[in-house]
Amino acid sequence: MNAEYMIRTEDLTKVFGNFTAVDKMNIEIMPGQIFGFLGANGAGKTTAIRMLCGLLKPSSGKAMVAGYDVRVDSEAIKRKIGYMSQRFSLYDDLSIGENIRFYSGIYQVPYKVAMERAKDSLKMVGLDLSMKVMTGSLPLGFKQRLALVCALLHDPPLLILDEPTSGVDPMARRAFWNVINSLAEQGKTIIVSTHFMDEAEYCHRLIIMRSGSVLVDDSPRALKEKYGSRNMQELFLLLAGAVNE
Amino acid sequence: MNTINIEHLCYYYDKVQALDDVSLSVIEGEIHGLIGPDSAGKTTLMRILCGLMPTQEGKVSVLSLDSDDFMQIRSLIGYMPQRFSLYQDLSVAENLKFFARLFNVPAGERDKRMQDLYAFSHLEEFSGRRAGALSGGMKQKLALSCALIHRPRLLILDEPTYGVDPVSRQEFWQMLKQIQGDGTTILVSTPYMDEAELCDRVSLINGGKILESDTLTNIRSKWNRKVFSFSAPNLKQLFGVLEPLAESCQLFGNEIHIVIPNASAAQSLDIIKSRVEGIKYRYEEIESSMEDIFLSYMNPGVWRVS
Repeated sequence: MNAEYMIRTEDLTKVFGNFTAVDKMNIEIMPGQIFGFLGANGAGKTTAIRMLCGLLKPSSGKAMVAGYDVRVDSEAIKRKIGYMSQRFSLYDDLSIGENIRFYSGIYQVPYKVAMERAKDSLKMVGLDLSMKVMTGSLPLGFKQRLALVCALLHDPPLLILDEPTSGVDPMARRAFWNVINSLAEQGKTIIVSTHFMDEAEYCHRLIIMRSGSVLVDDSPRALKEKYGSRNMQELFLLLAGAVNE
Repeated sequence: MNTINIEHLCYYYDKVQALDDVSLSVIEGEIHGLIGPDSAGKTTLMRILCGLMPTQEGKVSVLSLDSDDFMQIRSLIGYMPQRFSLYQDLSVAENLKFFARLFNVPAGERDKRMQDLYAFSHLEEFSGRRAGALSGGMKQKLALSCALIHRPRLLILDEPTYGVDPVSRQEFWQMLKQIQGDGTTILVSTPYMDEAELCDRVSLINGGKILESDTLTNIRSKWNRKVFSFSAPNLKQLFGVLEPLAESCQLFGNEIHIVIPNASAAQSLDIIKSRVEGIKYRYEEIESSMEDIFLSYMNPGVWRVS
């Protein structure tokens, strides 16, 4: 496989019993790309991402992430990935400094190094607060930025964002994406898993999944043009709308 | 006739002001959207309308009743709170029966109403399933059905689509249109800007203040700005040219979106053309999103919205 890809999969498949959660996925993601995983609940996004993180063994097929094979080097892969979810990544009962310290332990980064990086990242995301402030007292938009800072402590080349900006105000959302854009510009690869189509607009390229299969794989603009859709929401409902409870 | 009238409503949690001089009206028969991010004041406003919290300052009337008559108001409205509020250990049918009794639905009529609600929610085949074991989208449909069992004239829904995927969201909105068709007035809150498109009128709320209240068409035309999407092989260079010329300039994947006032749009495009000489690019006008508009109301200093 070519080393210039950050992620490359060949017929990556996961079967649970007689249910195929991910069916022969073939994707290629380049360094510096913001890549979206879109799909309704149960479409297979989370299963696919868990395989790429080395958290779940594929049933068949192959996936290389940051030069490592997910079946062989899952531990090495985990150190290459930063993960941020808006829902449960920070401890509300810890202060900002304590959350940073906790995550530096998890990622096995020396505390001093982690603090240096955290200071740079806090500046980059525009959080100018005392380390003693309790995380629970922060507004949602601030928590998201702090979660991002924690996900970057081990300086991973690959960052996975799970619905990173749903529910925050539009200003905080744009500020967040400006940071993500500059991380991508620095060469970090960003994967965004979401079912919010306004987040999809920020991707260079995206896939839409349904019932474990990749339906489309292209840039938002090319997809809108191809299907004659006004916006991503319309396109998504057109392609993914056939799944029902 | 207005179903809801709110005048100069303020609400404080100790020293924190949650609502700041809110005035708005909901017209009979409309779907009115309360659009704003988390902690904008949507839930506080709805809880006051339902009589779950007192009015501290200002005046509220619901279905021509003063907010002091909250017991009577409560019997005439359906309320779906933000958190899933049904009994997880009761089945779908048991939850419906429970709410029917709570709202004094005559015993002879209960079964017919349940059948009507099943026909509309497609939940009948799950009637024996515990509510806690339903999927997210189905839970929302059941909660909506429970809020409708006493045939309220006004439905107040607090972020009913929060965390629900787009396909289930679309189905939910189709159900709301149907309820509206039966003559029910609906006030619905959402943090998702795109849902503004589905309402007859919307109120934009942020930091406890109503920023604007009107039809989306009117809000768009009052906004008086155009949005263009630019793309180029060298986006960074193009961004540098566009940013100083636009009110807002944002990178979206492989495209840059800029906002410019209608009045100076032609002039701005000419300037852009002269400054990007030698750079390959293409552009087109695109429809403004609710987010574009919301941003300019949040930032009046920068955006000079009158």
